[in-house]
Amino acid sequence: MKSTKTLRIKNSLIRLYFTINGALAIIILLMIFFFLLNEGYPAIKEIGLGEFLFKSRWMPSSGDPGYGTLALILSTLIVAFGAMVISIPWGIVTAGYISEIAPKKIQEILKTTIETLAVFPSVVLGFIALTTVAPLVARIFGLSNGLTALTGSIMLSVMALPTIISISEDALNSVPKEYKEAAIAMGATRWEVLKKVTYPSASSGILAAVMLGFGRAIGETMTVLMATGNSLAMPMTDIHGIPFPDFLTSVRTLTATIAIEGSDVPWGSIHYHSLFVVGAILFVLTFIINLIADLAINRFKGGNG
Amino acid sequence: MKKILAALIGVFILVIGGVTAGCGGSGDAGSGDKRDTMVEIQGSDTMVNLNQNWAENYMDENPEKYISVTGGGSGTGIASLINDDVDIAGSSRDMTEEEIGDARENDVDVYEFLVAQDGLAVGVHEDNPVEDLTFAELKEIFTGTVTDWSDFGWDEGGEITVYSRQSNSGTYVYFNENVMDGEDWADDAQFMSGSSAINDALNEDKSGIGYYGVGYVDGVKAINVAYDEDSDYYTPLDAENINEGNYPIARPLYFYTNGVPEGSVKEFLDFVLSDRGQELVVDAGFYQMTPEMHEVNEELFDEIY
Amino acid sequence: MANLSKKKYSKNISQITHSLETHRQFAKKNIKEKINFGIFAFVASSAVLTVLVLLGILVKGGSGVISIEFITQMPMSQMTEGGIYSAIMGTVYLSLLTLLFSLPLGVGAAIYLHEWAGKGFFVRLIRLSIRNLAGVPSIVYGLFGLGIFAATIGFGTSLLSASLTLALMSLPIIITASEEALKAVPQEFREASIALGATRWETIRYQVLPYALPGIATGSILSIARAAGETAPIILTGAAYFLPYLPGSLFDRFMALPYHLYILSTQHSQTAVVRPLAYGTALVLIAIVLLVNAVAIYIRYRSRKNKLW
Repeated sequence: MKSTKTLRIKNSLIRLYFTINGALAIIILLMIFFFLLNEGYPAIKEIGLGEFLFKSRWMPSSGDPGYGTLALILSTLIVAFGAMVISIPWGIVTAGYISEIAPKKIQEILKTTIETLAVFPSVVLGFIALTTVAPLVARIFGLSNGLTALTGSIMLSVMALPTIISISEDALNSVPKEYKEAAIAMGATRWEVLKKVTYPSASSGILAAVMLGFGRAIGETMTVLMATGNSLAMPMTDIHGIPFPDFLTSVRTLTATIAIEGSDVPWGSIHYHSLFVVGAILFVLTFIINLIADLAINRFKGGNG
Repeated sequence: MKKILAALIGVFILVIGGVTAGCGGSGDAGSGDKRDTMVEIQGSDTMVNLNQNWAENYMDENPEKYISVTGGGSGTGIASLINDDVDIAGSSRDMTEEEIGDARENDVDVYEFLVAQDGLAVGVHEDNPVEDLTFAELKEIFTGTVTDWSDFGWDEGGEITVYSRQSNSGTYVYFNENVMDGEDWADDAQFMSGSSAINDALNEDKSGIGYYGVGYVDGVKAINVAYDEDSDYYTPLDAENINEGNYPIARPLYFYTNGVPEGSVKEFLDFVLSDRGQELVVDAGFYQMTPEMHEVNEELFDEIY
Repeated sequence: MANLSKKKYSKNISQITHSLETHRQFAKKNIKEKINFGIFAFVASSAVLTVLVLLGILVKGGSGVISIEFITQMPMSQMTEGGIYSAIMGTVYLSLLTLLFSLPLGVGAAIYLHEWAGKGFFVRLIRLSIRNLAGVPSIVYGLFGLGIFAATIGFGTSLLSASLTLALMSLPIIITASEEALKAVPQEFREASIALGATRWETIRYQVLPYALPGIATGSILSIARAAGETAPIILTGAAYFLPYLPGSLFDRFMALPYHLYILSTQHSQTAVVRPLAYGTALVLIAIVLLVNAVAIYIRYRSRKNKLW
């Protein structure tokens, strides 16, 4: 017979153990953030945050080094944005079909397919971009080289699709049945219900899905590394004097920059530290996007995420 | 259900058991007690296939030895050497004073050995009629001051696409210092992840031009290069031009060792410098060392042994 | 009388015309609905088509290379010949080690969140962190792993550093899946157990976890499929270019399928020559990932079928 005291101690120890496990996520997140800041700080001190954020010349190993990440940030956003243009309508419509229209059997097939797509390694998509999509893009647009922002966007749209579909589908599924039934009772067809009731009610959940898909596209490394050609130029072109994103030029994203130069710089050099600044920029970017998604989900669930 | 789980857990335990049993309790990271049978080489994208060729043949002759070859740029190998993480860093450029100092701070004494020669080929598409370029013209092309093939007498050539290696590669550093004088690259230069990626691009891109190790030239025309307009043009594809110093962009390839080479590292180095090792250099598409280069190594050997 | 019937009659007429009217409207609406649903079905099926095309490209390019030798031999003669055995085994080791590190932590965190934690600020912060961890780009995990595990702690670029890095990456998936599994266990089980005098931990251990196991297994296996396909983090933390042998210890470097594919397609000296091998590698990689994925789906399907409550 154990005394109650030891039992109580044992119980509180067990509880403590699980609490530490629970808190792990916070600890890791903070560790990653402070680690990036700590490793990036020498570069910021030396160069100044201004040059990092507002200059576009990234030549860290040149005789006259430049550390501007503006072109990298823009390229990242452009490639991800292009991916979204493709995968938002694609994903939202597919989610609507799975959740509201498809017969049970087809629903299962679609869900399994989307799950399959979700585990596609990004390096495999990069490989397909290299062997199949890039030559196709080059032929269609008459380019000498098919490794462009567009190629990256096409591949990323496939990468982001499962995220957008599964979260949109959750959002559509959690629209209360009463709304739909009320609309049917008023004589609306299923299509009208979907268009005027279900989608609008799920809109903030769908917004969250889009944001998370966008975040996924921004953080993707191998696919863009292999698909976009990694040129350091500003990804812009002038159309009648108005700057416009250029999708048919080769670009280099933030993630590709870290992957290319990450393990290859003399440790402790300014170039090395500057890569952690790039990492921190990436971290902050995805953090903000996730936060927006979070707020949208909370609104959707009525405040208790 | 339970059976499946049991089976899965069984497989899991078996594999983990296998890995940990193989550990043999070597609680030391990367160096030290494994030195006797295990040699770790890292670095130089140019050399990685050459390193692999050496390693493979050496292991065939000495089945009890293990050699691990890791890629990445020269910067990668040198960074790992500085961090005491490898035995040998392969490099296609000199190690900087700063890097040697960093290594010393980590108690790593670095020794430099010459192991082969590379002629840096400047490649263009096979349909490109341009045959000869001078050093100055190369600089004009790669800095983007001249942007059209018509300036070199090829009117249908259109706009020149410049292909470069990425900044982590020794090839890049060498070209940047010796041809570009550290000036900025053409705005829309494409920075490729590896020598073969440039070779592939030049196979596709009629208006492209790029530089990379001669061992990678395949289906691409190598330009004849001259020091200036008054000198003769030489091709890098002929060993004689390299050995006599006529080809302007040839360079030695290095091994940097972690401390004085001993045990397996020394044996492997001897193999690389032997006649058999030098034959393998030609296999991989590079050039054997000149007698002068062998002498430099001999002097160092006399000094340390 | 006649008057009345006339009235009735006219009313009937108007009713009939009215219902005709609505019928017409309905027919119009129905056609519109059919067209729109058709478009939806088409778009949805294009997602399936995309997956089939992607797989088709890999099968077409790689099926000629696949053989027993390809899977069981080490790479040879500058990787232009031989197989990819060391890369396959490297990926297997890496994924299982990753699971070994991430499973206890992930399930522990999920148990805390679902069984112990209330609805306070702290818990909301944890959930926010988990969601954000899921959104941190894999290359940033790679940087972190390189800096913390490889350099600071001193594991070097090794199997250990790489699997720890991937374990951190997998945590959000495992936590979320495990929590879903715990949620699915009816509250009555817990209440009954507590009423019989069991402690909170005993309740979880004997009444909750056994029933949540299939769900946890599904989530963990899915996380393995993800980890097996990751490239960016392991480039920085320990993947090797060429090793014709298996890693002998946790501190060795290793070959891995995704990195091998990256090398064969971009870094090799004769990318054109090894293109078939690259296809073969891609096919083996995707086959492993899909197989693991199928196991997860099967477990989920079985556990749904055998649900006892």
